[in-house]
Formats: sequence, C-alpha cells, structure tokens
Amino acid sequence: MEPLMAVIIPTLPELIKFEWVAQAAFYFIIGVTLAGAVSAVFLRRIIHNILGLIVALFGVAGLFIYLNSEFLALMQILIYVGAICISIVFAIMLSDPMYKEDPRRRLTKVFASVLVSLLILAGFLSMITKTPFEAAAQRSDDWTVTTVGNLLLTRYALVFELISFVLVVAIIGAIVIAGQGRKQRSLK
Amino acid sequence: MNELQVYLFVALILFCLGLTGVLQRRSLIAMLISVELMLNAASLNFMAFNRFLTPEPAVGQIVTLFIIGTAAAEAAIGLSIILAVFRRYQSIDIERARELKG
Repeated sequence: MEPLMAVIIPTLPELIKFEWVAQAAFYFIIGVTLAGAVSAVFLRRIIHNILGLIVALFGVAGLFIYLNSEFLALMQILIYVGAICISIVFAIMLSDPMYKEDPRRRLTKVFASVLVSLLILAGFLSMITKTPFEAAAQRSDDWTVTTVGNLLLTRYALVFELISFVLVVAIIGAIVIAGQGRKQRSLK
Repeated sequence: MNELQVYLFVALILFCLGLTGVLQRRSLIAMLISVELMLNAASLNFMAFNRFLTPEPAVGQIVTLFIIGTAAAEAAIGLSIILAVFRRYQSIDIERARELKG
C-alpha cells in the first residue's frame, strides 16, 4: 500500500525541483548583477550610479556563494558595500552638489567608447569560447576558512604582510593628500 | 557553453561595462565606480577558475581576498585625490583639471 501512495502523491521536494530553483536563482543573480552594472555606468546621476554599484556588488557576492565560498561572499559585502561604497558616498557628499545631472557627452565620444569595449568584448569572447579549459589534477578539495587562514599565515605570509603594509601606506597617503589641500586653502 | 564559460562571460561583460564607464564618464567618482566594477570582474574570474580548474581551492580565495584589500587601498587613495582635486578646481570634472596637459 505504502509504495503505491509514494508513487501517486508526490512529496514536496519532488513538487519543487530544488535544482531547478537553484538554476533559476543563479540566472536571476546574473541578471541582477548585470542590471546593477549597467545602471552604475549609464545613468547620469552619480547617486544612482553608486546604488547600481551596490546592487552589482551584492550580485557578485551571490555568485561567490554559487562558487562555493560563503566566506568571500560575506567579505565582499562587508568590505565593498560596507566600506568602499560608504566612503564613496561620503566623497560625493563632500564634493560637488550632486543633484545636477552629468552634462551630456558628445554622441561620437560615447559611440567611440562603446565601440572600443565591444571590440575587446568580441576578442575575449572568442578566446573564452575557443580555449579548451582542462581541470588540473585535484590536490585537495578543502574549501574551509581554516585552510585559507592556515595558508595565509604560512605559505602566503609575505603577501599577507605586504597587503597590510600597502593598506597602512594608503591610509597615511590619503590623510596627507586630503589634509594638504585644506592647509593650502586656509593659507589663501 | 559550460558552467565555467558562463561565469567567464558574466565577468567579461562586467569588465567591458567598467571599461565603457572609464572611457565615457567625465566625473572622477563615476570613473572610480567603473574601476571597482572592473576589479570585481577580475575577482569573479579568479573565483571561477578556482572552482573549476585549480588543484587547490584555497588559493583562489586568497587571491580574491588580496584583490579586495587592494581595492580598499585604491578607493582610499582615489577618494582623497578626488577631494584634493575638488578643493583645487571646485569641481570633479576631469576636463577642468588640465594643468598637467602639455
């Protein structure tokens, strides 16, 4: 009796095909990413650009989850959206009055820039489709944050120190550059 | 088109959109936003190759972490330069900042 029931009445996971849902969500995320990127580039108000950039960054974080790395997805949201985008918003507030739209560029220049990137797109696209990508022999399939941390402090320790040095230099340089202008103006 | 090529294609479109933005926009902040898009395309590429081709999946994540860190440094420097340019020229339109032009 029971096997017959199982055949006739489909269970919930059979009704909702989870692989299908995951596939649909994948293409939805790709669409969101590209839409955000398009609005980050082509809209003419700077605050709309930064909102589009935030949408695109969230989309890339979603793609990172599909690529097996939740850690990097969270880092992406934390650092890009939480730090970089917020500081760009601060720069927007500190500089131009941003309620103005960008002046229109001459159509020839827009056309030329789109043409250049379409050429590059075509070149790389033929490269992507023609190259036979072959996977290397798997040495480990360890995706965990523990492994990433271990490698960061052993094999990649020099690069790790270097990136922190770069960050310190960048912060000091930013303070110096931003502070110098203020001194100049107060002298005038 | 297999799955790897889908990721590569998305990253390629992101990169080309960023390139269009850098070439076409004349506001410094919009150009910085486009550069961030290009950096994201690069890290998406690293993660895709890391998922499908490389022998050790931790390495690509580390490279992407370094890209994110470098992007943070670049944004800090870029924004302070933008603020300095704004103080000097009262505008962030790069057509105004042509003192170095020969």
